[in-house]
Amino acid sequence: MDAIDILLTGSFWVAVIRIASPLIFATMGELICERAGVLNLGIEGIMTVGAFTGWLTVYLGGDLWLGVAIAALAGVAFGLLHGLLTVPLGLSQHVTGIGITLLATSLTYFTYRVALPEVTSPPKIEPFQPFPLPGLSGIPIVGPALFNQTPLTYLAFVLVAVVAWILTRTPVGIALRAVGENPAAVEAQGISVTAVRMGAVAVGSACMAVGGAFLTMSAFNSFFFEMINGRGWVCIALVVFGSWRPGKALLGAVLFAAFDAYQVRLQQVTGGAIPYQVFLMLPYVLSILALIVVARRASYPKALMAPYQKGER
Amino acid sequence: MRLEPKPAPGLVSALLYPAGAILATLVIASVLVLIAGASPFTVFGLVAKGAAGSRFALLETLTRATPLIFTGLAVAVAFHAKLWNIGAEAQLYIGGVVTAVLGTGALPLPGPLLVPLIALCAMVAGALLLLGPAVLKTRFGVDEVVTTLLLNFIVLLFVSLLLEGPLKDPMGMGWPQSAALVGEARLPRLIHGKRLHLGFVIALVAALAVWVILRKTALGYEMRAVGNNIQAARFAGIPVNRVLMKTALLSGGLAALAGFSEVAGLKGNLSLDLSPGFGYTGIVVAMLALLHPLGVVVSAIFVAGIFVGADAMSRAAGVPSYIAQVMVATALLTMVTAIMLTRYRIRWR
Repeated sequence: MDAIDILLTGSFWVAVIRIASPLIFATMGELICERAGVLNLGIEGIMTVGAFTGWLTVYLGGDLWLGVAIAALAGVAFGLLHGLLTVPLGLSQHVTGIGITLLATSLTYFTYRVALPEVTSPPKIEPFQPFPLPGLSGIPIVGPALFNQTPLTYLAFVLVAVVAWILTRTPVGIALRAVGENPAAVEAQGISVTAVRMGAVAVGSACMAVGGAFLTMSAFNSFFFEMINGRGWVCIALVVFGSWRPGKALLGAVLFAAFDAYQVRLQQVTGGAIPYQVFLMLPYVLSILALIVVARRASYPKALMAPYQKGER
Repeated sequence: MRLEPKPAPGLVSALLYPAGAILATLVIASVLVLIAGASPFTVFGLVAKGAAGSRFALLETLTRATPLIFTGLAVAVAFHAKLWNIGAEAQLYIGGVVTAVLGTGALPLPGPLLVPLIALCAMVAGALLLLGPAVLKTRFGVDEVVTTLLLNFIVLLFVSLLLEGPLKDPMGMGWPQSAALVGEARLPRLIHGKRLHLGFVIALVAALAVWVILRKTALGYEMRAVGNNIQAARFAGIPVNRVLMKTALLSGGLAALAGFSEVAGLKGNLSLDLSPGFGYTGIVVAMLALLHPLGVVVSAIFVAGIFVGADAMSRAAGVPSYIAQVMVATALLTMVTAIMLTRYRIRWR
């Protein structure tokens, strides 16, 4: 098998969509926050919390969907904390976000050690199984990749459509976007900027947490330390790459995942001639390059990172 | 609710709110300790004892504080100009790489020449590593938070590549670590037989130097002007981009010194466990010190004490030592809130 053949195998595209799924959830989450004007650097920690709480719920005997719900709620909790500190209190979104990531990550590791003091190898759960969509899953290459995935992957794609629809077609979405562009105008309409931003950060953080939960409940079947491994930061880059639009961000996530899946297979093809670290670096390097390419013409939300105080100009 | 600036924060509130932040941190940590099934008083007692209860404990805390002073200074310098350097971890590792490359016999120089030369080269490497994101920020408008964060992962993989390839110790029994530094390249211990090394003194000198730069030089003034209001600074004729470049060079160089000091002073070789997140903890150290360079020394020792104490406590009381990270992160969030409350009053309607 050579480097080009990889792209024609069905298993490659199955892997692409699987790798893209958590990124799609978390990217949509970050996009919702940023469109409302709040940068959420808590993403890496919130994904960790989601990965852990979702997995723990199932490990303790809960249903898989209950695990997803618990993960989302944990995300909401940390999202509300980030929102409280950055929206009404107007603290630096950079510093607070990093603080949320440090807090969420360390709290997760602490809880893991308290809950499972004696484990040496991470305990496994029974994760989500692929659910073939009747009829569609039989199509060559596209079928297995898009229509024979776990329910959470389908949910990720549905989420993109829902986010795009809400942002462009509903009053809530218009308020959310306006809050990220011109909060004073929204306040003049009698809508609370604080409430809209808090809601956006809470919902966005829930999406991030479900993205984390995907890793422990669908991609793998156990929780281990440092499993998020920078995916949250990549998602922040993906939001910029996608120009804060759900569809473009989805495209970015799939492209990124394709690249990630490709480098893993390319490692096997080159057979160790190039150190494996070079391949592992490529996705991060690619993220930076993508940012450089789009940064000049990026039209970011005008009020991003600008705290809003009523009556202040 | 809305925030109203206070005319002038009084001394009482300037002390009261930060004290409240520390109290809140202790209360939250106590709840976690109770959940873990231990008594908070016992646990905090053990942490304090492990951090400062003996000469050994105190020296260990100062040893742990050394890299944190460097990374804390790096963050404080950058944040002064609102250059969000979250990549101190990467700059630290690059400093360690340079130290391992030059310190393992590549340069046949006597110690008094070799050590400063290595330190200088490490600083240059760290400075250049942060210059990249700074140029991308000023030239292309790429957010430096994301680039410095992503560089952390890239650099760590690069170090792993080096340690399994060109820098691998042939006598290392297969462990991914570099060869040991030659004697001339090592920083001397401050007390014979103890781990505290000259790096701590260098860190104190660096803190003083940064204080002088920030408070007594034109560059320091320009950095604060850029940080306070970039538009106003630009209108005032301050070369904003050049100031940001200089800030990046200084910040990256300081973070690289952390790696230099850990490799040349403490570990004696480069390995992948050189830093348990000193770069990220540096952010907390800097924020707890309100970005004041001399305050960084105090907060670095305080944070190091929590980590060293928690390690000792964990062995004795069985509460996971991750409690230290939770406390440090909580302290960061409560402290930034406290600082805000000293400057603003909350009006509920």
